[in-house]
Amino acid sequence: MSARRRPIGDTLLVVDGVSLSFGGVKALTDVSFDIREHEILAIIGPNGAGKSSMLNCINGFYHPSAGAITFRGVKRAQMRPHEAAMQGIARTFQNIALFKGMSTLDNIMTGRLLKMKVGLAGQAVHLGPARAEELAHRAFCERIIDFLEIQAVRKTPVGRLPYGLQKRVELGRALAAEPTLLLLDEPMAGMNLEEKQDMCRFILDVNDEFGTTICLIEHDMGVVMDISDRVVVLEYGRKIAEGTPDVVRANQAVIDAYLGVAH
Amino acid sequence: MLYREAGQYKTSYAEDQQIFPIRQDRIAVALIVAVALVAVPLLASDYLYTAILIPFLILSLAAIGLNILVGYCGQISLGTGGFMAVGAYAAYNLCLRIEWLPLPIAILLAGLIAALAGILFGIPSLRIKGFYLAVATLAAQFFIDWLFARIGWFTNYTPSGSIVAPQLNVFGWIVDTPMEKYLFTLIVVALFALVAKNLVRGRIGRTWMAIRDMDIAAEIIGIRPLTAKLSAFAVSSFFVGVAGALWGFVHLGSWEPLAFGINRSFQLLFMIIIGGLGSILGCFLGAAFIMIVPLVLNQVPTALGIPLSTASISHMEAMIFGVMIVFFLIVEPHGFARLWSLAKEKLRIWPFPH
Repeated sequence: MSARRRPIGDTLLVVDGVSLSFGGVKALTDVSFDIREHEILAIIGPNGAGKSSMLNCINGFYHPSAGAITFRGVKRAQMRPHEAAMQGIARTFQNIALFKGMSTLDNIMTGRLLKMKVGLAGQAVHLGPARAEELAHRAFCERIIDFLEIQAVRKTPVGRLPYGLQKRVELGRALAAEPTLLLLDEPMAGMNLEEKQDMCRFILDVNDEFGTTICLIEHDMGVVMDISDRVVVLEYGRKIAEGTPDVVRANQAVIDAYLGVAH
Repeated sequence: MLYREAGQYKTSYAEDQQIFPIRQDRIAVALIVAVALVAVPLLASDYLYTAILIPFLILSLAAIGLNILVGYCGQISLGTGGFMAVGAYAAYNLCLRIEWLPLPIAILLAGLIAALAGILFGIPSLRIKGFYLAVATLAAQFFIDWLFARIGWFTNYTPSGSIVAPQLNVFGWIVDTPMEKYLFTLIVVALFALVAKNLVRGRIGRTWMAIRDMDIAAEIIGIRPLTAKLSAFAVSSFFVGVAGALWGFVHLGSWEPLAFGINRSFQLLFMIIIGGLGSILGCFLGAAFIMIVPLVLNQVPTALGIPLSTASISHMEAMIFGVMIVFFLIVEPHGFARLWSLAKEKLRIWPFPH
């Protein structure tokens, strides 16, 4: 990988001994790892290993039954997803979670809601500050639209867009919030080779240009090995390996988890 | 002039974000405003004002309020009639008890009181959705009906419970004749429609639509469902409350308990469903359809010289009207506003659609 503008820095988020169970099912058991500033961390593992549950814990959808998550040095109590958003954590979903009735532009603009401050009365008049704010954020969103190359569909309701573009719009909405930490849940699921290449390029560019820390879940091993700085491997809710792609690739436990083991 | 946007270049985001970005649309709107402000007052009869135009405008405003809640925020409400009643009775009591209060201020305050009622009855929406929420708002309707019919204070202890609205004094302008009433209503409704449009195209509107389309994803990007839903209930009820005050003061003049019954709630819901959920224009189209079609149907047999009794005409009116509603919902479930935008799409590329 070419030299990056922003070297990997200090620890941004620490997952410390997190466990999560739904009734009798243990989704996560004593998982610990950390995410460092400006890095791309991949979480991999077979289906049902607890990858999405891990992301859901990080952004407040699930509350771990044990363990703690520390973000930017602050150990968090139970919190709601919108609080995670306010702290600078954005994410995309495995099954696209866009606002289908709204246009591409409006979807991306929703990503900037937290940054818009003008009150209700100002918006009702839509002159002066409200209008200036709206236009400033529009300009920012247009930069994201340019970056993701979706100019042609900015006024199209996203429900009508093909799958690959919807994935891009969802990434755009997450980027619009200018997140510190971006969680991507299978950003390349169901894409063909070219779409995957595009998406890889976007992810690397986001990381490089904006310095956004990225934590992603992906099944395509080629992609994972190519773009991530470090990899965390989960199986049955436990962490079985962690390290650079090369280290993980050579790890016997990982090979066993993916290829099975002779009994 | 053809309906084209070719050659109309937009060089700034401000130009692109106008309410009517296409020049032909702006011309059409200017024409409509001119007709409503100049031509109608020159030509219309008192019957047209009092039986059609004024109720049409006021119900359009109420429909806008309901559409904010149902069409934009995705929360269903069957309590619209009740919130109209809150607006009407609040305006009455404000005028009665604070004599120096100017009427427009009283109407706005009445809207705010209705907004508080809306927030109160919107609280269940934080827990329940869809049909269950509809039932909860139905409770609001019946409770408010009961409140104003049974608690004498609200009607100033009049024995019959009926209320006579005070004279309409708008900062010295005595709104008296049907034409004046029409103009006053027109101005109020136009201003509020503009406000509604500004709200739904801005930050708060996107917040509502995000909650409507996918509440989980909305929460992920930092929207608090509590504030989003309750603000929709508040703003919606504010509009509905203002419409209720106008309905009582301008249209009815005097009204009985239960003037704002459950039928009004259903009528408004039909208006926005037929007009188009999530569209301000749709509110006007839906209100026009629900108001005017029955009147037209009523005239048809007489105009064609078909001898029918009044009773059978009114029965047929109800039947044909019902069939039309069902037909429209099957053909275009997104309402007139959607039909209109499809027609515009077609026009833009006509006559070479490829």
